Amino acid sequence: MHFVQNFPFFCILLTLICAVVTSVLKGRPARWLTMSLITVVTAMTVCVLGYTLATGDSYVYMMGHFPAPWGNEIRIGVIEALMMTVFCFVTLFSFIGGMVPSIREIEKTKYNIYCILVDLVFLALQALVYTNDIFTAYVFIEINTLAAAGLVMMRQKGRNLVAGVRYMIMNLVGSSLFLLGISILYTITGHLLMANIHEGVAALAESGEYQIPLTIVVALVTVGLSLKSALYPFEKWLPGAYSNATPTVAAMLSSLVSKGYIFLLIKFYVRVIGFDIICSLGVLDVLFVFGVLGMIMGSVSAVRAKTTRLMIAYSSVAQIGYIFTALGLRSEIGIVCALWHSAAHAATKSMLFVSCAEMDDACGGTHLRKHLRGAFYHSPLLALAFSLGALNLTGVPLLSVFMTKITLTQAAIEVGGRHMGIVLGAVAISTLLNAVYFLGTAMTLFIPTKEGDEVLPPTVRKNPFTTVGLVGLMALNLAMGLFSQPFLSALAEGLTRFA
Amino acid sequence: MAKKNKKSRWIDRMNGWLSDEQGALEREMEAAQEQAAAPDIEKLSPAELRWAQEEQEEEKRIEAAMHTWTEKKALPFARALYNLLCVGICVTMIALLLYTVTTLPAFGDPNHPINNEVSARYIEKGLQETGAVNIVTGMILDYRAFDTLGESSVLFTAAMVVLFLLRKDKDSARYSQLAQTMDQNPHSDTYYEPKNDIILQKTATILVPIVLLLGVYVVLNGHLSPGGGFSGGAIMGAGLILYVTAFGFDKMRRFFTYKTYQRVVLVALLTYAISKCYSFYTGANHIESIIPLGTPGAILSSGLILVLNICVGFIVACTMYCFYAVFRKGEL
Repeated sequence: MHFVQNFPFFCILLTLICAVVTSVLKGRPARWLTMSLITVVTAMTVCVLGYTLATGDSYVYMMGHFPAPWGNEIRIGVIEALMMTVFCFVTLFSFIGGMVPSIREIEKTKYNIYCILVDLVFLALQALVYTNDIFTAYVFIEINTLAAAGLVMMRQKGRNLVAGVRYMIMNLVGSSLFLLGISILYTITGHLLMANIHEGVAALAESGEYQIPLTIVVALVTVGLSLKSALYPFEKWLPGAYSNATPTVAAMLSSLVSKGYIFLLIKFYVRVIGFDIICSLGVLDVLFVFGVLGMIMGSVSAVRAKTTRLMIAYSSVAQIGYIFTALGLRSEIGIVCALWHSAAHAATKSMLFVSCAEMDDACGGTHLRKHLRGAFYHSPLLALAFSLGALNLTGVPLLSVFMTKITLTQAAIEVGGRHMGIVLGAVAISTLLNAVYFLGTAMTLFIPTKEGDEVLPPTVRKNPFTTVGLVGLMALNLAMGLFSQPFLSALAEGLTRFA
Repeated sequence: MAKKNKKSRWIDRMNGWLSDEQGALEREMEAAQEQAAAPDIEKLSPAELRWAQEEQEEEKRIEAAMHTWTEKKALPFARALYNLLCVGICVTMIALLLYTVTTLPAFGDPNHPINNEVSARYIEKGLQETGAVNIVTGMILDYRAFDTLGESSVLFTAAMVVLFLLRKDKDSARYSQLAQTMDQNPHSDTYYEPKNDIILQKTATILVPIVLLLGVYVVLNGHLSPGGGFSGGAIMGAGLILYVTAFGFDKMRRFFTYKTYQRVVLVALLTYAISKCYSFYTGANHIESIIPLGTPGAILSSGLILVLNICVGFIVACTMYCFYAVFRKGEL
């Protein structure tokens, strides 16, 4: 066994150990420990990515002395390593980029708890991406939900508490539906390990037994996980939670927590149940319809949003709509597109949240769009980062979301029929709306202020952390845009061995 | 001499860094925070003043809406629709799930899918492979130890979030006033709680040692008889809660403070994580583990399971007591 194969396990345990140690540390050591932890984990994940790309195959890592159906195991392939690498970079740069606002906004004596919860969300994300056992997935969903709800309430203002309670309730409903689903699945197949459930389900499909419970399981898990990842009709908890949180938290929630659930859902479809059976059940059509609705309704809400942060939060709804639409196309390219967009959106949205929050501070702690006028002239880096994100989400060529739109339309054209028309129409409308609100805001930043305009003094000074974080995120976005083709082909290649 | 001086300064700096003494960046942040908390009204420009007012008003509005939303009679149609949908969705869900249950394999059926090679090995080889007489403990702490590690972290996560939200910190500016007035305030729960209740105290004097001993027994015998870290820890936690209800927080603090809690949980979770690191690493790399399984049935047997049970027991007991204390009083 190659030593690199141990790295995912090291990452998981190291993150847990750091979270525990942070509970006795004060603010600054906690901060540095978390930062070094994320850096180390990122480095290790890059090594794992190199290893999996070199071998091209996925491998199973036994967690303990007993092989899989008896013990636990994790499984790492190209897709897992690739997604995890992007998620690690996003966590690292949004933690660094949002450091100064977090110090300012979070109560000083409880700052270490913020670091602990960041660690725990990161831990749960790694475990969700790597796990090959459906019950382990549930355990880490619990950790993810609790830690994320704590993070939403980090600022302890009235709005955060309301948003946090709402987040908690909606997400617990989602977790419990997922738990019901996997317990019924265990009853009809007798297994918790994904590979064994797959065999069991295939046998059931052949014999025609237990078709009703199987349908119910797929429905419960789908509804549970799409509720947790804010698919359109279930998105009511999202704007409050994202727009009032401290920037790192907003970035992590929008780009990591919800993506972890989407990744798990894709894994559930492809590896646990089998994509052919899922296609025959009709659940993907439901996802398709709500995905398309989300693409449009999210953008409409974003156009009407009063503050920039709320606008970015609503745009998440639209982007998650893209992911589910791609999934709903019932094709392999659709899954590749969904995975790609999860990564692309994670990188872009975190950059938007971090830059926007700090731009608000640079413009006098305001949240309103009109006060951002001329921001480019006093804080050019923030404005550039925001504009890059805005251009990206609008779908400008050479950037990552453009590739999503291309792949999505390609997939739709391959599928043909009604799907094609609907997707083309929805992409067109959504792109138009994206352009209206994102480019509109981005242009405000470059319009110089006139004589007599209200100009508020900045509430924070420029600092190195923000610069490092934002430059990192911009580099990540540009890299993903420029090297999208190898990334997509690696995903497509990995998907053949994902099941 | 000079060298020694230098060294001590280095240690001082190290200590200062660890205890979060402030650097230039933090000082500035702190200043900005205070400024934001209490804006100097005279120095503000009209635009800033208006913005600050708007923000304050919105906070007030949200707070008011939070406390009165149950009494609002507005939008009767929306409320009726909401209630109707709630009932409708719940009834549909219940009917759907009940119907699903009727289609599932019968409970206790020998041909039930869960009677497969997985449970067969647990039952037949569990004792031999884990050394635990109690198969359930063998399963959760040896075969599927990773899941259980996750479950203990769930408790840790929950405790951290609750501590973050409810603990009143004496060092924090936000809560010092609240904490001082809490006990004298006739609206707070602590004002009316019975103090020095003689019946409760005498009962607790007899019961607490027995409850704690039972908890210790259940934890230590987790690998031999029904029980284990989770159940034993819950019993010990109940003992601590009974003690604090009878004798009050001042007596409790003589041996159990926030620091004690932090250290116990730190040591327990670290021991758990590090010992599992060892066993996962050796297991995955097919290295022979050096931990002996011992004689099944003896108290010192079954390898790491005993240690893990003790760790889980401590975590559960402390977390239960912590929840009680923080919900009741806001501090440990």
